[in-house]
Amino acid sequence: MNAIEMRHVSFAYGSAKNGPTAKKALDDISLAVESGGITGLIGHTGSGKSTLVQMINGLLKPDEGEVLLDGVNIWAEPKKIRQFRFKAGLVMQYPEYQLFAETVAEDIAFGPKNMGLEKDELDRRVREAARFAGLADDLLQKSPFDLSGGQKRRAALAGVIAMRPKILILDEPAAGLDPAGRRDILGGIKRFSRESGTTVLIVSHSMEDMAMYCDDIIVMAHAKILMHKPTAEVFSDWEQLASVGLDVPLITRVAAALIENGVDIGRDVYTVDYAVGKVRELLGENPES
Amino acid sequence: MKSDITFGQYVEGNSVIHRLDPRVKIVISLVYIVAIFLAKSVTAFILLTVSSAVFVVMTGISPRLILRSMKPLLFIIIFTAVINLFFMTGENPVFEWRFIHIYREGIINACLIVLRIVLLITATSVFLTYTTTPLALTDALEQLLSPLKKLHVPVHEFSMMMTIALRFIPTLIDETQKIINAQTARGADFTSGGLIKRGKALVPILIPLFISAFRRADELATAMECRCYTGGEGRTRMNTLKSKPKDWVFFFCILLLTAGIVLLNIFFPLYTVLK
Repeated sequence: MNAIEMRHVSFAYGSAKNGPTAKKALDDISLAVESGGITGLIGHTGSGKSTLVQMINGLLKPDEGEVLLDGVNIWAEPKKIRQFRFKAGLVMQYPEYQLFAETVAEDIAFGPKNMGLEKDELDRRVREAARFAGLADDLLQKSPFDLSGGQKRRAALAGVIAMRPKILILDEPAAGLDPAGRRDILGGIKRFSRESGTTVLIVSHSMEDMAMYCDDIIVMAHAKILMHKPTAEVFSDWEQLASVGLDVPLITRVAAALIENGVDIGRDVYTVDYAVGKVRELLGENPES
Repeated sequence: MKSDITFGQYVEGNSVIHRLDPRVKIVISLVYIVAIFLAKSVTAFILLTVSSAVFVVMTGISPRLILRSMKPLLFIIIFTAVINLFFMTGENPVFEWRFIHIYREGIINACLIVLRIVLLITATSVFLTYTTTPLALTDALEQLLSPLKKLHVPVHEFSMMMTIALRFIPTLIDETQKIINAQTARGADFTSGGLIKRGKALVPILIPLFISAFRRADELATAMECRCYTGGEGRTRMNTLKSKPKDWVFFFCILLLTAGIVLLNIFFPLYTVLK
């Protein structure tokens, strides 16, 4: 079954709803994300990514169309929308700015507590989430405001993971972190997804990160979905990506330049390891070049 | 989200009143308010109503917009009208039933009071809120109050604080919405439960909001210091305010109007009721 499904969803923000300047943030979007994988969501600024993401957990309500999680229309009973917020955990951009509690553990427990969980289960959830997010145990009793930037980010991430969502949505989870921090946090998310079978949706501007961690990619442009394909196929179509102001990973650009110069390395290169293998293969067959 | 908020009520325009020196506009509104309070007779009120109508037309702002700005004050307007209607005593009873006595003076008085409030709102809207940007207002206020510097009142600092506060209102509204979204995504519920529960539900919003406000203040202070900001002493401005002849013309017209009202009160006191 599809973890996330959207059927002809359209949406416009308040002031842009009517009148001559009416502009849709989402325009007749239909998509289906299978359960269990990691899907990337890319698009230029203002293409509707953040709006789309807030549709999935019911922060925004579509003007037209339906949003389904595990085949259930989330707006069938508007009063029960909260249960879908627990089902689809959303980590917003720069989530460290939403920390508020006295200790990290209390902050992580905020979500599960809202679900009505009690003492022991709460404790277990906090520890489990902290482990997935890569937070050491001794940090749990500290004030969240004493943590470093990267640790704060992880604490905020743990706060959502602790709700054990079936779908985890992350808006730019690695923005503003150094390369090691990016690897840690994205690697942790990937491990979490594989171990728990959680469906993950990541919004990012970093094509390298997308290439490294995503199984398939949704490309948005001008409030519509341009394509939704496996990662290799998306990046092999670099002409179309460029036409909507998007880039491809550096190594794909190298491959593109090689192809232009008559070296047939193939259009499906998007990780360095794969490229190295391909080049070796080509050299082995053709030692003079 | 951001575009939903009309911050302040400034209406873009290029009318004579829009282009008046903001200092003159502040002084004019004060004088005009005094004139409204001086008016006691029906004739004086007719003059005020006509002049207000002329000002509204001059701004080119739709009268409907100005009426809309009275909505929040509707309750006060009705309340004062009712109080005057029932409690004003006079010589010409119109309606009597048990303890309720309504006099003709009461009716006229209630009408004039309502008119007075409406005129007050119209005047401040026309001269200040609708035609002057908040920034121009604080600038003008700083210059008007600058004589107080002699008394060691930190006028420049106050106006700088006001400018910064105004500048950050939209930013903070934006930020609040983001934090509300983030906590809602974690299942926070702000709409159910009693007063205490709802109050407690605000903690996860207020704490991050305060922290980010302090962080922003700190960053802004550093940025200002990096550009050698030291306060008002010897500071020049990019846009200096200069009053032109038309500002003075406008100013004297308002003074004349006020004088006219005093004269009308004395020489044509048709139905002088307001005390």
